Amino acid sequence: MPLLHRIARTDHPTIAFVLDGIPREGRHGDTLLTAILEATDALRRTEFSHAPRAGFCLMGACQDCWVALETGERLRACSTPLAPGMRIVTGAREVIR
Amino acid sequence: MTTRLDADVAIIGGGLVGTSTALALRRHGLSVVLLEQGFCGAQASGVNYGGVRRQGRPVEQLPLSQRAHAMWPRLRDLIGTDGEFLDTGHLKLARSDNDMASLEEYARRVEPLGLALELLGHNELRERFGWIGSDVVGASFCPGDGHANPRLVAAAFAAAARRAGAQVFENAPVTGVIRDGDGFATETASGLKLRSRAVVNSAGAWAGTFAAMFGEAVPLERIYPSIIVTEPMAPVMTVNIGIEGGGIYARQVERGNCVVGGERALPLANADFSRPSSEGVLAIMARAGELFPSLRNGHVIRFWSGTEGAMPDRNPVIGASRTTPGLFHAFGFSGAGFQIAPGVGEVMAELVTTGATTTPIDAFSIVRFAEAATTATT
Amino acid sequence: MSARGQPLIVGAGPAGVRAAETLAKAGLKPRVVDEAPACGGQIYRQRLVEDGRSATSLYGSEAAKATRLHRDFAALASKLDYWPNALVWNLSDGVADVAVNRENRRLAYDGLILATGAMDRVLPLPGWTLPGVFTLGGAQIALKAQACAIGEKVVFAGSGPLLYLVAWQYLRAGVDVRAVLDAAPSAARINLLRAALQAPDIVARGLRFAAELRLRGTTLRSAVSDIRIEGDTRVAGVSWEERGRRCQLSCDAVGYGLGLRPETQLADLAGCEMRFDARDRAFLPIRLWGGRSSVSGVYLAGDGAGIVGADAAELSGERAALALIEDRGLVCDHVRAAAIDRRLSKISRLRDALEAAFPFPTAWAREIGDQTLICRCEEIDAGTMRRAIRDFDLSELNRVKAITRIGMGRCQGRVCAAAAAELLALEAGRGVDSVGRLRAQAPVKPLPLMLRAAQGKSEAAE
Repeated sequence: MPLLHRIARTDHPTIAFVLDGIPREGRHGDTLLTAILEATDALRRTEFSHAPRAGFCLMGACQDCWVALETGERLRACSTPLAPGMRIVTGAREVIR
Repeated sequence: MTTRLDADVAIIGGGLVGTSTALALRRHGLSVVLLEQGFCGAQASGVNYGGVRRQGRPVEQLPLSQRAHAMWPRLRDLIGTDGEFLDTGHLKLARSDNDMASLEEYARRVEPLGLALELLGHNELRERFGWIGSDVVGASFCPGDGHANPRLVAAAFAAAARRAGAQVFENAPVTGVIRDGDGFATETASGLKLRSRAVVNSAGAWAGTFAAMFGEAVPLERIYPSIIVTEPMAPVMTVNIGIEGGGIYARQVERGNCVVGGERALPLANADFSRPSSEGVLAIMARAGELFPSLRNGHVIRFWSGTEGAMPDRNPVIGASRTTPGLFHAFGFSGAGFQIAPGVGEVMAELVTTGATTTPIDAFSIVRFAEAATTATT
Repeated sequence: MSARGQPLIVGAGPAGVRAAETLAKAGLKPRVVDEAPACGGQIYRQRLVEDGRSATSLYGSEAAKATRLHRDFAALASKLDYWPNALVWNLSDGVADVAVNRENRRLAYDGLILATGAMDRVLPLPGWTLPGVFTLGGAQIALKAQACAIGEKVVFAGSGPLLYLVAWQYLRAGVDVRAVLDAAPSAARINLLRAALQAPDIVARGLRFAAELRLRGTTLRSAVSDIRIEGDTRVAGVSWEERGRRCQLSCDAVGYGLGLRPETQLADLAGCEMRFDARDRAFLPIRLWGGRSSVSGVYLAGDGAGIVGADAAELSGERAALALIEDRGLVCDHVRAAAIDRRLSKISRLRDALEAAFPFPTAWAREIGDQTLICRCEEIDAGTMRRAIRDFDLSELNRVKAITRIGMGRCQGRVCAAAAAELLALEAGRGVDSVGRLRAQAPVKPLPLMLRAAQGKSEAAE
């Protein structure tokens, strides 16, 4: 169940990306945070308690929205534009033990 | 407003050395007043890299280092916390055949002193520590060494000293110490006047001033380590890493942050404070990325630096004063005080109470700087 | 061509833009470095792409100001060096370290205007880290810059003018705004009269927001306390206390905030003298006349030096630039400078009234439970912090950080420092102005390990 809900750009060109192995679609103009949270309800798990997080400040200050690509590259989701073909890993779907 | 105090021992400087000395003296039943100019453990004790290692020390430090080594696993009993000590072992890398030869030579010298080092060639290194970049010739591994959290350990020693009955005064810079009859009179800027039978000068980078007050100035310099810390990362670095010839040292804490040191930071206008230089940190970051490929995608979230006292021969000053009975020195650990500090505390307590210690410390006598004292300006 | 070097402006929000414009007009070609891809800061943040919505639907009553700001900055293009997507992470001896395109550039500057803005101020609540909880500013950015609502049934909570503004903006966007929970004490409301005398439009607008929300079925509650956000893996509801009763509502998102807090790290790194400000309840760089800091050649503008609002940010940006121009020995419009100073004083009096109407909840530290996380990054709860303060006899914030790890995470204390100071002050029996502040350290934000130094030496002017 997604967290975010679009109120515009619903007919903008779609951008195909992969989220935790699952093919998804975002819209032109999305940040990674928007694209991910339009698809699901968490974008990372904390290192220590593995609690789910989904960002907080949306302005690059709280640092609670970092995700990774399958290459290992780490990106701050709220300030990174979605690009076609991105293969994003959040680990949010499974609890890492 | 003046407060007058009397104690068996006055300790100047509340870093690890001062606080571990305070704790050990309390065990011997002596009354202790510790005077710290700022906050206990905020200087070298709290800002060092956190390596807990015997390997790589000058040979003359090994008996003291071995004594301390026995204390680290028992830290919880001693001070109420394990200080996040992990006995991961210490791995010292060699970048060239010459460096490897140095490691082999060192291993030979320390073996009779009870330090059994394992030498690894390139292939064994790749096999056991595959996460280290391949541009390394070999390494020397010291099981039992490891690393810990300097901020926690320093603060915990201070708290333990207090609980044991030492009177610890922070924000109490010592402004003067003099011989007074058969004891000493010490004053602080915070209005304390203390009489004691003995004084321990464990004032770290500031110890030179107090040594000079008793006619034994020393060539104590300040060095400023430069450390970077990453965000928490997946566990990869299973040992505390150093390198022959210096230049980089790295460890990963249980929470996942990687702590990497190297390069020197720059003093500010006030030489008591320093900041890492941006060229220095970028260089260390690049070096860390080369040596530890799994760190490459990480982010650095913190730099830190601090003030450490160093002697030109990289050995500390430990032992009785050359000029004044009842005065004892323990400073100048040259960036390598963390591991041995708990042992130094016990040694100082033995010296103060009995005049002697079972651990050989002659090599650290202040006497070796006697010539320098006659020509010094501070 | 003067022998002086190039001034540097950090931030391209309202303050930075007007500072840049003023310097450019004076013939100085400033360098403007900003983290965002486009100017506007947060208040006038721009969309990444066009989306068919009007400027009014994004910026409300301030649409004209926003549009004008964007346009004016664009018109300056040839008169300045603009570096978007660039992070100033260190300042030292007249040189700024700037991370841009995975490279580090070292920029020497001659004159520095810090226009670093602010972020939401929050105090932890039970459940505040759940997915679906965003700051009020974050909720607004989602709507404004990404055309997204943070949920379908949203509750807004906290205090301050932004609370009603964002709630109303969500209402207008067609979102079900279930409740607005205002934590300001009833007694504080009388100060709205004071504010109304100074700025009737602003207060009237706020009251209109509240009226419209109420009309459309939003539950409006004031003087609420003990707000708790409920849910297991995401927000499911909110409960609170009002007039002795415990109330509850289900919802799928919460927008929460208690005003703003300035981003002062670069001012601190630049060596500016910091002083505790009672109104902002935070350490701020002292602002001397005309926006000068205590460091010669360093100037302060906008929310980054103390919360003043967007209009004052534009004015103070222009004013700081005038001060820089004057200090350079160039012709300065003193009449304009004096006029700005008068308007800034007026706005400051308004801020006093607003702050009094929406006061900081000083009882928070007493009431917060041990299980609530104080530090989101390192996951340290209030109980851990309280125990450490007692066990180690702590009374200073950097010591608390060293022992508990609060403030050691990726956000470097941005989110948690205010709360940590409140809790420490209470436990140590001191004023919140006497427990110190987190020492600013480089890097002010996370840096990629593989950031490589750009080729070539420090870049000086032109």
